Amino acid sequence: MRGFGERLSIHTMTFQTFIFYFLSTVLIVAALGVITARNPIHAALLLVLAFFTSSGLWLMLQAEFLAITLVLVYVGAVMVLFLFVVMMLDINLAKLREGFWRYLPMGGVVGVLLVLEMSMVLTSRSGGFGDAVAPPALPAGYSNTKELGLLIYTEYVYPFEIAAVILLVAIVAAIALTLRKRKLSKYMDPAAQVAIQRKDRVRIVTMASEKPEIPAAPAAASESAKR
Amino acid sequence: MQYIQPLWPAYPEIFLLAMACVILIADLFISDEKRSITYALTQLTLAGAALITWFTASGEPVHTFSGMFVGDLMSDVLKLVTYFGVISILVYARDYITLRGMFRGEFFALTLFATLGLMVMISANHLLTLYLGLELLSLSLYAMVALQRESAQATEAAMKYFVLGALASGMLLYGMSMIYGATGSLEITRIAAVIADDGAKNVVLVFGLVFLAAGIGFKLGAAPFHMWLPDVYHGAPTAVTLFIGTVPKLAAFAFVIRLLVQALGVEEIQAHWQQMLAVMAVLSLIIGNVTAIAQTNLKRMLAYSTISHMGFLLIGIIAGGLNGYASGMFYVVVYVLMSLGAFGMILLLSRDGFEAENINDFKGLNQRSPWYAFLMLLLMFSMAGVPPTVGFYAKLAVLQAIVEAGHVWLAVIAVIFSLIGAFYYLRIVKLMYFDDAEDTTPITPRADAQVLLSINGLAVLAFGIFPQPLIALCASSILASL
Repeated sequence: MRGFGERLSIHTMTFQTFIFYFLSTVLIVAALGVITARNPIHAALLLVLAFFTSSGLWLMLQAEFLAITLVLVYVGAVMVLFLFVVMMLDINLAKLREGFWRYLPMGGVVGVLLVLEMSMVLTSRSGGFGDAVAPPALPAGYSNTKELGLLIYTEYVYPFEIAAVILLVAIVAAIALTLRKRKLSKYMDPAAQVAIQRKDRVRIVTMASEKPEIPAAPAAASESAKR
Repeated sequence: MQYIQPLWPAYPEIFLLAMACVILIADLFISDEKRSITYALTQLTLAGAALITWFTASGEPVHTFSGMFVGDLMSDVLKLVTYFGVISILVYARDYITLRGMFRGEFFALTLFATLGLMVMISANHLLTLYLGLELLSLSLYAMVALQRESAQATEAAMKYFVLGALASGMLLYGMSMIYGATGSLEITRIAAVIADDGAKNVVLVFGLVFLAAGIGFKLGAAPFHMWLPDVYHGAPTAVTLFIGTVPKLAAFAFVIRLLVQALGVEEIQAHWQQMLAVMAVLSLIIGNVTAIAQTNLKRMLAYSTISHMGFLLIGIIAGGLNGYASGMFYVVVYVLMSLGAFGMILLLSRDGFEAENINDFKGLNQRSPWYAFLMLLLMFSMAGVPPTVGFYAKLAVLQAIVEAGHVWLAVIAVIFSLIGAFYYLRIVKLMYFDDAEDTTPITPRADAQVLLSINGLAVLAFGIFPQPLIALCASSILASL
């Protein structure tokens, strides 16, 4: 952990480092909140906070396009939909949280150990990221979006296409799994509506005319109606 | 245009994708009675892809798409085996899925997309393409498992598969990001070059390797990451189990070769992953073989048998060198051949509303149909590793390689647990030949499935008598790819 402390003392001066640690702290607290919150709505909102702060971290890495996309797509679209779904569903929380406390000690110990080991390995100076140098700052007017667009359609065209196929599979799978034809469901068939002819709707029957029967006692009938 | 030059090594993938889209659309205009047109189109597509692969096969590795795609002999051989496997799967599964309301266009489209995912993985030369291919495969498989919507068991299996698969993908991605952090590249050939120049941060590299090994363990189904395997094999419709249990192992093998051998194959790093794989191999052999004895459900038993086979495959990779990797490739091809037959047999004996998935359903099979009993005998002998079936040579090649590499203790463990494992394979043989049939319904599969299953069973014997061509093919394709 020595390397970690040293780096901290070198960088504490800069404002950027302060923002980094601030955002990271909020991110970690929010992420912990997502899994410990009792109310699923709170969990979803905390996840929104986590996305927001991590997009701030991406901004600091000069990846503006990705940062904005994260906010637009995940916070704006995915999480709002998610919130709707959570609100629509009647989730049995007691059942969901069954065993949480039973597994917490074991899981907690493993988790803390993992975090300690990971930070030791990753911040070590011999072969870890401890001696990593920051990438050079990009010149003003550098368009992150343009560079990404150029790469996606040239060098990364193959993975880009595969990602498109994955989305297609998602559509096919979602439809195959959820579309059901009910026998009783009511629907319109425009083709049949257009192709219909008069004879299908109106049947003209010719029959001999009948004489209308004269009601036997109209006066008596109206009398009874009044009563 | 320089980014997609040359395009020809990717022709099979392009053809398959185009045809999958055509089938997806054409199927909308086909009525339920004529659904076999979709089936025929799917089979033709696979056969066409096989032809294209055959004619574009190259001895020398060709890189394209800015070094993200590689076409080499190993990828061509594995792809051809994959097409053969998928064609057989569809033939075996046809009756089964028709009777269970799964004979729909989506089944075929998803099968083709899963196959495409396999091909992308097999030909990947970039961690990003490896991962995307894996996701394409996995997403199609999750949907296929859940396709039988009325079955609660299948839905549960799909859910388990999805959650654990997502966990494994997360681990793989985390490991890959560490590799990127250490080497500054995601391209497999460049990673290898950077490590060779010793510009890599070894601690981070090994740290990422731990996550990669865990992810690979999950995907292969090697212990201690095997928990999903029995439940998914058991819960999924047998036709889909047949898919999950066979061809993806070919791509998983390619995955291991590309990631561990081609990218991280430097001796220093190799020593690290050999240790991790050795632990997984030993645990897989023990857990797979011992737990399989207690199973009464054939699908569950075959799942545990898969785990033990994966242990053997890992031993081949641990052995390293040309012999080790070639024996691993030989083993995985043979494994696919055997499991195709074994699961195909379950499909063949199943009928409307009845799954021949309990081992007791095989009682007295000899009285009902001596020929099927004989084929099943060959398949079980091969899985147990009894000569002269091909399973014996597969195990022998792996054991030879590991002894040559100096890990005699691994060979000893492998032999001991294969002997234990022979019990449950031979139990099936005993049930078929020495017990009386409880169920005497005649077996009436389609003619094409009968012929293919007979060829499949006899191939196990034929390759056992003449294993040399297949071994030589594996050796030369590994040699060309290293």
